[in-house]
Amino acid sequence: MTTSGIHRRALLQAALALPFLWLRPAWPSQVLAEDRAAPPPGSRHRERMLLLVELHGGNDGLNTVIPYDDPAYYRARPQLAIPRDQVRQLTPRVGLHPALSPLLALWDAKELAWIQGVGYPKPNRSHFRSIEIWDTASGSEEVLDKGWLSALFEQYPLPGGFSAEGILLGKGDAGPLGGGKTRTIALNDPAQFLHQAGTVTPVSVPTPNRALAHILEVRREISQAAADLQGRMQQVPPLPIDFPSHKFGKQLEVAARLIAAKVPVAVIKVTHGSFDTHAGQLTAHHRLLEELAQGLLTFRAAMVQQGLWRDVLVMTYSEFGRRVGANASHGTDHGTAAPHLLMGGRVRGGLYGTSPSLTDLAAGDLKHTLDYRSVYATVIEQWWGLPAVSFRSGRYPAVECLTSWDGA
Amino acid sequence: MGLSFDEARHLLSRAGFGGTPDEIRSLMTSDRQGAVTHLLTMPGNKAVTPPPAWIHRLPPLPKLRKVWTDRERKAFHEQLKMQGHELKAWWYRELVTTRHPLLERMTLFWHNHFTSSLHKVRWPAFLYQQNVLLRLYALGSFRTLLQAIAKNPAMLLYLDTQTNRREHPNENFARELFELFTLGEGHYTEEDIKQAARAFTGWHLDHQTGAFRIDLRHHDDGPKQVFGKQGHFEGDDILSLTLEQPQLARYLVGKLWREFVSDQPDPVTVGRLADSFRRKNYEVAEVLKELFLTAEFWAPENRGVLIKSPVELIVGTTRLFNLPLDEATPHIAYGRRLGQDLFDPPNVKGWPGGLRWITTSTLLDRTQLLQRAIRGHETGHPHGMVGMTQAQGVTWLATEPLDVVQATLLPLAPVQPLTAGQERGQAVHHCVVDPVYQLK
Repeated sequence: MTTSGIHRRALLQAALALPFLWLRPAWPSQVLAEDRAAPPPGSRHRERMLLLVELHGGNDGLNTVIPYDDPAYYRARPQLAIPRDQVRQLTPRVGLHPALSPLLALWDAKELAWIQGVGYPKPNRSHFRSIEIWDTASGSEEVLDKGWLSALFEQYPLPGGFSAEGILLGKGDAGPLGGGKTRTIALNDPAQFLHQAGTVTPVSVPTPNRALAHILEVRREISQAAADLQGRMQQVPPLPIDFPSHKFGKQLEVAARLIAAKVPVAVIKVTHGSFDTHAGQLTAHHRLLEELAQGLLTFRAAMVQQGLWRDVLVMTYSEFGRRVGANASHGTDHGTAAPHLLMGGRVRGGLYGTSPSLTDLAAGDLKHTLDYRSVYATVIEQWWGLPAVSFRSGRYPAVECLTSWDGA
Repeated sequence: MGLSFDEARHLLSRAGFGGTPDEIRSLMTSDRQGAVTHLLTMPGNKAVTPPPAWIHRLPPLPKLRKVWTDRERKAFHEQLKMQGHELKAWWYRELVTTRHPLLERMTLFWHNHFTSSLHKVRWPAFLYQQNVLLRLYALGSFRTLLQAIAKNPAMLLYLDTQTNRREHPNENFARELFELFTLGEGHYTEEDIKQAARAFTGWHLDHQTGAFRIDLRHHDDGPKQVFGKQGHFEGDDILSLTLEQPQLARYLVGKLWREFVSDQPDPVTVGRLADSFRRKNYEVAEVLKELFLTAEFWAPENRGVLIKSPVELIVGTTRLFNLPLDEATPHIAYGRRLGQDLFDPPNVKGWPGGLRWITTSTLLDRTQLLQRAIRGHETGHPHGMVGMTQAQGVTWLATEPLDVVQATLLPLAPVQPLTAGQERGQAVHHCVVDPVYQLK
């Protein structure tokens, strides 16, 4: 056992003594002896997975959930607006981009919630800075170095059966899982990962050299994760569902296999993009949204087939939306607020929040109507049943869009 | 006083791709000043590897492409893919065979600074031309490089300057100019970006000639206000105004520090070098010389604290073991898998680098690459490199004392010490798969 392992175990025992045994594993195979301790009275925490979908590059919210009843939308985007008769109407005021049609099945099943006007005050229009703000749940003018999920897992550590907090698929970085002590496994192909992990032996040497310490830590993560993955992946037959063959579809297929194999992590992150549609947006955005919708619909089918759809919450996020007006390249520049979706077997489908005004703008940009940290609070409190978390700038109310714990 | 073996090794690994014991020893006759000057004044600012045949070709005109059949379109895409591969192979060949490694390191640095990607630009010849430009000024004038890159075809396409018009300015280039190329976040306002974007309207690529021109029909020559100054600024004026900002030198020196010294720039030394960089009219070789002669560059606590980028790892290992290059296909494939696909950075910010080079996924791929490289493991596999036994002329591995072999391969003692009496082949394998081999 390494020093860090001992440290971790001690931390876990300390954590278990406290009244927040969270994410009590519901999957029998991963329940370790120490987790069988009686849960604290009133605790209803159970295993629930979060699938993060980063819409990399800044998704154009206005052409995603479309305010088709607002003449200002058509005035602002003579070339880019989706014609009213092509919009898939959700309500008399807003509807979906036609490429998102596959999601209508989820909408009708009331498993899809759209949270509108998500953003933050004093929006930053740099890709890198704005995604950093989203990743770390910081205010516009403060710099934090830990992802919001990393910070959460430090406050409420996962029980011992978890080999890592998160798994990253695709090309994206750790984002919300970055920084701090979070163990994140970057995985493209599980079989290949296992094969290669056999060649890595963990060693622990204390060193002030940060680069070396990082490499040694990554080696430890590999060994531990490989041991966990090994048994589980072998037990699960291939999913009887064909995923779309694009990159996003492939990521979701791996995600579905990992969840079906009950790999003990709390978060899986996938990345889709690039949504940075400065030029020629119509075609590019259509394809991106189509891939998004097809992928998510297939993912849902796989989860339903596995009987796990009620244990998964899907959440999209993106660094910003785009300008209200189009640019001369038939594209849109970096903007501010945008809608995001939550979907899953426990989501109470519907439209939440307020669609930002298209006429009351700030420097040509939408004014956000809901702080993005409210979406995080929804995940923390309503999905995982943890106590409300204070972000640096305070608390943000959760969006009441998940079935209550009592009804669970 | 001449450099010690470890000092000479340090300089070669930081200012190049490392070296063999003979290359290291040849620097030991010089002192720091002499060795640094030697590396910086090697002649040449052009690649010696013959370029592919298509480098001067222009993309087919849009009106021609409109009437293509599906088959023609497919053939075109295949052609682009093949050329992209040839382009990467060309640069790997230059990286592996160059006699001026610092020139290539700086060309890589600028490629990661003034990013453009095949993915967006699509026409490989434009990326080739950009690479030639980056190398030409890699150790020259940053001022000239900045002025040239703003008019470079690949850049015009990559950051949408091509479609930046007076009627609807596209801010992409102006934003990245300030945020990533010169000043860094927080040293300009949103309004500066909007105004600067107007100055670059009409900066287009002429489809007929492949040359830069200002399209006056789409150019906004009206008054603009940038950095608190007012005038009928043109694009070049914006670049000049930017070059007047003291922040620019601080930003670039900080970035050079993270590339060559450590991940924690010392603000005082950075400030001193930045003042000098500005005074000396942004001559890159001058500032690098000062950087390489700082006490921090040589400090023992800064040895082996940087992680080799995938390209440094692949190129350095190929050079050190004299591995065959052939078509460079495994080099390209490993570069991609390890997270650094040449000519295809993930976004305009480039490769984030540093600790982020090493993830659970890339560390496994790095280990696999190295094992295959030195063992000749799975030779014939598309990703396999031919092993040490087949490498040509690497006599030092067999003849040098083991402590010299270790000191050549590793910047620090290995995490797991070599055991006494270890067979030579095992010892080399031991060093190369040790975590410390990932460091420079």
